[in-house]
Amino acid sequence: MTAIRPGSQLPISAPDRSIWLIVIAVISSALLLVSQEQNWLAALPSVVSNFLKNPLVASLVLTLFLANLLFAYRWKAHLWAKLLVGGLSLFLILPWAGRDNTSVLDLAIQIGIFAALSLGLNIVVGLAGLLDLGYIAFFAVGAYTWGIFGSGQIGKVLTYFKDNGGNNGPTVALGGLVLVIITALSLRAINRVKGKRPPLTSAAFLLAAFGLLAGVTLLVRGIVILASANAAGFAGGVNPNFFWLFLILAVAAAASVGVLIGLPVLKLKGDYLAIITLGLGEVIRVLANNLSTYSNGSQGITPIGSASVPWFNSLAGALGFSPAQYNLFFLYFVVLAIIAIIILANMRLDRSKIGRAWIAIREDEIAAQAMGIPLVKTKLIAFATGASFAGVMGVIFAAKQGFISPESFILNQSISVLSMVVLGGLGSIPGVILGAAVVTILNISLLPSLGEATASLNLPPQVNPAQLQRLVFGSILVAMMLFRPEGLLPSVRQRRMMHEDDDPTDNQTPQDSIAGELNPENAAEVYSPGVATRADDERGGGTQ
Amino acid sequence: MDFATLAPFLVGVIISGLVLGFVYAIIALGYTMVYGVLQLINFAHSEVFVTGAVVGFEIFRVLADNPINGYLKLLIALVAAMAASGGLNVLIERLAYRPLRNAPRLVPLITAIGVSLILQDLIRIIEGFQGRFDLTYQLPQGFSTPFCGPESTCSGVGSLLAKIGISLQIKEVVMVLVALLSLAALNYLVNFTKLGRAIRAVAQDRVTAGLMGIDANGIISLTFLIGGALGGVSGVLFGLKFGTVNAYSGFDPGIIAFTAAVLGGIGSIPGAVLGGLVLGVIQNLIGVTNILGDALGIANLGVIDSSYQRIGGFLVLVLILIFKPTGLLGRSNVEKV
Repeated sequence: MTAIRPGSQLPISAPDRSIWLIVIAVISSALLLVSQEQNWLAALPSVVSNFLKNPLVASLVLTLFLANLLFAYRWKAHLWAKLLVGGLSLFLILPWAGRDNTSVLDLAIQIGIFAALSLGLNIVVGLAGLLDLGYIAFFAVGAYTWGIFGSGQIGKVLTYFKDNGGNNGPTVALGGLVLVIITALSLRAINRVKGKRPPLTSAAFLLAAFGLLAGVTLLVRGIVILASANAAGFAGGVNPNFFWLFLILAVAAAASVGVLIGLPVLKLKGDYLAIITLGLGEVIRVLANNLSTYSNGSQGITPIGSASVPWFNSLAGALGFSPAQYNLFFLYFVVLAIIAIIILANMRLDRSKIGRAWIAIREDEIAAQAMGIPLVKTKLIAFATGASFAGVMGVIFAAKQGFISPESFILNQSISVLSMVVLGGLGSIPGVILGAAVVTILNISLLPSLGEATASLNLPPQVNPAQLQRLVFGSILVAMMLFRPEGLLPSVRQRRMMHEDDDPTDNQTPQDSIAGELNPENAAEVYSPGVATRADDERGGGTQ
Repeated sequence: MDFATLAPFLVGVIISGLVLGFVYAIIALGYTMVYGVLQLINFAHSEVFVTGAVVGFEIFRVLADNPINGYLKLLIALVAAMAASGGLNVLIERLAYRPLRNAPRLVPLITAIGVSLILQDLIRIIEGFQGRFDLTYQLPQGFSTPFCGPESTCSGVGSLLAKIGISLQIKEVVMVLVALLSLAALNYLVNFTKLGRAIRAVAQDRVTAGLMGIDANGIISLTFLIGGALGGVSGVLFGLKFGTVNAYSGFDPGIIAFTAAVLGGIGSIPGAVLGGLVLGVIQNLIGVTNILGDALGIANLGVIDSSYQRIGGFLVLVLILIFKPTGLLGRSNVEKV
């Protein structure tokens, strides 16, 4: 029920901070540019330049600069000031700083990737209330989709099948196709049998699903054998321009894996679902590790290509980027575009019929079903939507790193993304993005630079800050959950749920409560969609 | 490999799977007991378990040159590990979970993950200061000798095992005995004492139990103490079985044990034991799939190697949960509208 209304959670009487916003933006941008630009640093007095060169200071400056975007979003200020600061920061200052120090761009892309992942998981966990501990698997599916085709790996696969696949390609493909059609039809038929004898139906369902999987495998195998005739043509991967096609293919692949994983397990509740999704996530990782014909096993795939757009490259060249940086520069803008699309999609979903159905399921499954919401279908859509965001970012990740291996998709990553979502604020779009940014900055920039900065202190290696990621991250998680369980930027609804016991007047600022505007005395009596009152939560039969 | 050699081989695999399964079962009990009273997946339990293993290692290290009996050393190690892990678990509950008693489900879950991460680093740092990372158990003399070699003179169960050509090490027999003793003690405590009745009452309905005069918070602490102590026992057993632990080695057995708890029906004590045993056996069977495949003439099974052990457990879990959504022995909760 969150809407992105900048400043909507502030009291109406908050002072206008346009001037502050611009002043801080100018100062932090200047600091950032100076601290990354070697020539300018050299021109400064050595005390200042040494101070700015300190990795910790540089990292803090970068953090302050990124915090500008948060200020621009949160503070009450004129729209032009917000747009100016946001636009210039994202489109001018950040790429500029990235030209002198690519790690800035790298960090920005990572934040974008994790923000998209968190937004996807937010749909599954935050909106639909399905605890998914294997989310990173969908990211892996996306990454491997492009990883295999965008590198020489596809050539190796085809060569392998040329030597070992035999020449029954058409037969295998045809058989697979027939199997797919039969099982798909029987799935439809089974779906129509309304649960008279659930065990039998689920057995038939399982069999059909297995058949579908086998059919798809056969079909793919047949196609691969057919294509293996011109293995030599794929020695260097597919044409990089297919990158765009693979962005879409990865969405489709991740979404279908989401449905495939979701189908058998969505009947389970709560923690059963959590452990199953955890397990299936691991299954995908182990498969990536062991099906080395396709994925090159634990050694991973490298180098992975990326699209190259000539005019974009010449633009980057004109701006003074070196050819080695073209790819990052390009991907940075691709990430920006994708994030914008994902945020828009999230906002639309949030207020759509399906978004409300998700929230209804999260709050009370039985009541939602009684209201005519098709449970399985709605949950599957949540799974597939969440997965598709991860899939598209997987492609970006593969293209950015140029290297993927199963190690990038371990369970800890799923947990990381989950904690980004909870840290930022479950169900809140800006919160989730902030959570992703905070965790990513902490892990990639602040802690390592703290380690570098303290290198001269001769600390024992055990307590080197760069090694203390788990300790710091864990402490932050625990502290946040103890003192601010609703997250950094909670959605209105979450904040209310977590603070039911507090003085209700705390939350009754005129702006965030439509009910309050209608009838301030009887706020709890008036129902208004999207602004649940205490009474609503209690009526809803609370799922806590 | 013909049937005459295959059968004892299989029995041997299953028995060593059961030995492993007992370790999983006792870890799983820690998960399931906490889940029973709080409906919380205590992700920190894997570190509680590693703490037990580390304490056990330290005891064996300190006592390495001491001439006392090996079994006495084991007893000291077990008691110390139980105390350390149990105390740690109570502390975690008091500091991290109790303030969140009424928060939505995800909040304590994330806290548990945070505690788990903190403990991993703390264990690494503490052992790291002594220049250690991988802790290799220094077992007392005689623990690794065969329980009953084919040549030695055996009696009772030993001779039976020897007859079909199965060799167990002393430590494995000890492990099973310790595990069975802990299970029996737990069973007695939970089912036949007043405290156990209080635990069951709190698990069923905390508020009503409180109204009946049970100190619910005290009982929850006690449950964490028992669960932690079991974690300590399993830590030492894990050390005995695998010989090496480090700060991060709780992760894998933790996940498997949690899977076992869910497989048996989370919250159910016999379920956790059953789940642990089933998973232990399945894991070992998957580990030898290629040998079985060769024996049966199915060459393709060779690709299924030991790295599939973990996902084998998960796939079994998926299959069972599809047909029995509350696990093997779980209560099926009828939801009232």
